Amino acid sequence: MRSLRSTLAAALLGLFTVLAPALAQEAPLPNESWSFGGLFASYDLAAAQRGFWVYYKVCSACHTMNQMHYRDLAGIGITEAQIRAIAAGVTVPQGINDQGEETTGPALPADQFRAPFPNEQSARAALGGALPPDLSLIVNAREGHANYVYGILTGFVEPPKGFVVPPGRYYNEQFPGHLIAMPPPLHDDAVTYADGTKATVPQMAHDVVTFLAWASNPELVQRKQIGVRVVLFLLLLTGLTYAAKRKVWADVH
Amino acid sequence: MAGLHNSDYKNPVLNWIDTRLPILSFMHKEYGTFPTPKNFNYLWNFGALATVTLVVMMITGIFLAMNYQPNTTLAFDSVQHIMRDVNYGWMIRYIHQNGASMFFIVVYIHILRGMYYGSYKKPRELLWMLGVVILLLLMATAFMGYVLPWGQMSYWGATVITNLFSAFPVVGHGIVTLLWGGFSIDNPTLNRFYALHYLLPFIIVGVVFLHIAALHITGSNNPLGIDPKGPQDTLPFHPYYTAKDSVGLCAFFVIWAAIVFFAPNILSDPNNFIPANPLQTPPDIVPEWYFLPFYAMLRSVPNKLGGVCVMFSSILVLFFLPWLDTSRVRSARFRPIFRQLIWVWVVACFGLGAVGAHPPEGIWVIIGRICTLYYFLHFLVILPLLGKLEKPLPLPESISVAVMRGGGPLPAGAAAKPMEKA
Repeated sequence: MRSLRSTLAAALLGLFTVLAPALAQEAPLPNESWSFGGLFASYDLAAAQRGFWVYYKVCSACHTMNQMHYRDLAGIGITEAQIRAIAAGVTVPQGINDQGEETTGPALPADQFRAPFPNEQSARAALGGALPPDLSLIVNAREGHANYVYGILTGFVEPPKGFVVPPGRYYNEQFPGHLIAMPPPLHDDAVTYADGTKATVPQMAHDVVTFLAWASNPELVQRKQIGVRVVLFLLLLTGLTYAAKRKVWADVH
Repeated sequence: MAGLHNSDYKNPVLNWIDTRLPILSFMHKEYGTFPTPKNFNYLWNFGALATVTLVVMMITGIFLAMNYQPNTTLAFDSVQHIMRDVNYGWMIRYIHQNGASMFFIVVYIHILRGMYYGSYKKPRELLWMLGVVILLLLMATAFMGYVLPWGQMSYWGATVITNLFSAFPVVGHGIVTLLWGGFSIDNPTLNRFYALHYLLPFIIVGVVFLHIAALHITGSNNPLGIDPKGPQDTLPFHPYYTAKDSVGLCAFFVIWAAIVFFAPNILSDPNNFIPANPLQTPPDIVPEWYFLPFYAMLRSVPNKLGGVCVMFSSILVLFFLPWLDTSRVRSARFRPIFRQLIWVWVVACFGLGAVGAHPPEGIWVIIGRICTLYYFLHFLVILPLLGKLEKPLPLPESISVAVMRGGGPLPAGAAAKPMEKA
């Protein structure tokens, strides 16, 4: 996909390259093989479901996913009964009751993913001043996309000698400037996978990035399926139109 | 019964209408039998492509408007609502979003076609100037449309562009306050940009109508740049050019669809997937690709007012092109030096595009200044002098003579090739 994007971009814009040179100082982007990368590819649903589990157990402690609703999980093959169960296990605000009091209760499939903090200020207060970015569009919102997010999750290494890491900051080889406010979120066996997959850090990072890529572009599979039909139809139509044009023009000259 | 149109339509209903409002006769005259030079190449498709793109943009835009919320607290989320929850909302939005880029590709090629074949020269000066008006309106519409998703680049792009007007002495700050609807970019700004983004396309339709009306008075230019001498040089618009435009249109749709369905975000900035945040400036504020050459010119002048003037002049100079080019030969085919120098100008434009995409440091500053200089040199010095100094090649006697013999120094294009029955 990356190579396709660059080829298309070059073909379209010639010299117009807008790739930020800022990534140059950081570690090279990982080059993971993604299920959703190719022209006709779709999401590895097992990985996306495991990735949701990682998000649910780990990421959601600090990060919002405001664009997502529990009902959306049907898109990665989670059944309606499972969605109801997942939602019911989460307590969310449910507005004002007849007595004028704020109430909370178990979520419904139509509810937004639960936000870990009621507002930005409380998040910053609890997390040393940092605001964890919303993850709904994170794969689209970073140069380098899925590989970049994977690189962040697996990029917590020992800082080079002499590199001072202040308290409340962590060294990450992928992060611009290397000092990130997020502590290393993943450790081996941080979650237990229901399907028995061993929860290593690279495995969990790969799974959660697959989930986040789906969350950023949930229409991708349908889009490509329709796209194949639309482009083939239009190619056929172009051919027919060209034949018709030649027939019309045959008596000229 | 004076004043009623004497209609040729046999069908009584059509005849009844056409007698009272001869719109059918008008359409038949302007798009049916309209005599059109027989030697168009496929570059003459791009006017039709631009018209169709405008229509597609308006239709998709209306459906987007049904679901979009022009409010700073809701705009970003409402776009995601369209992408995720509205039936085929992602398709409508990706068509519209990439349609802006397709529009500019088509319009830039259309303009370059006009420049290469001298379509702006007498008697088509006003036709050309109306085209420049359309370009300006298109730029304003595209700019305001890019603000609506209210992402980081929407907000900061709007900040940079609206602040340009503050460079003008006396009235500058007043203009900026008027654009913003206040003293910073905020909800009133988004509201008025939304209203204007909905309004301007209809104004574009009006100017396009004038553009086409002017075209139908002067008639089309053609790759040879000589006037048709009689019926042997022309073909009725229908079916010949309806058929030829359809081929280009289908091919154009293939490219547009390929981008929409397989790489819809290839031209978008990752920063615009982050909601607008007035407290956090992105590392680089980069406009959409179609504004990069103008952005480069703006930044090539080490003075704010100077940069703004140079940027606006780059479009304004196009209004004077019919008089700056002193050569009476239209087509570059018969202008051996111009035919090469126009490509140098194109290279300068691409160079400016590359400069606009990079931070203004080191070599990019120098390239930017050279290209800006050449851009204006082409219009203000080269074209006026070249018309006097260049010795044009002999023009063919007529279009049909040139077509029969295979045309001028270049192959005469698709129309000149012998056609086989399909």
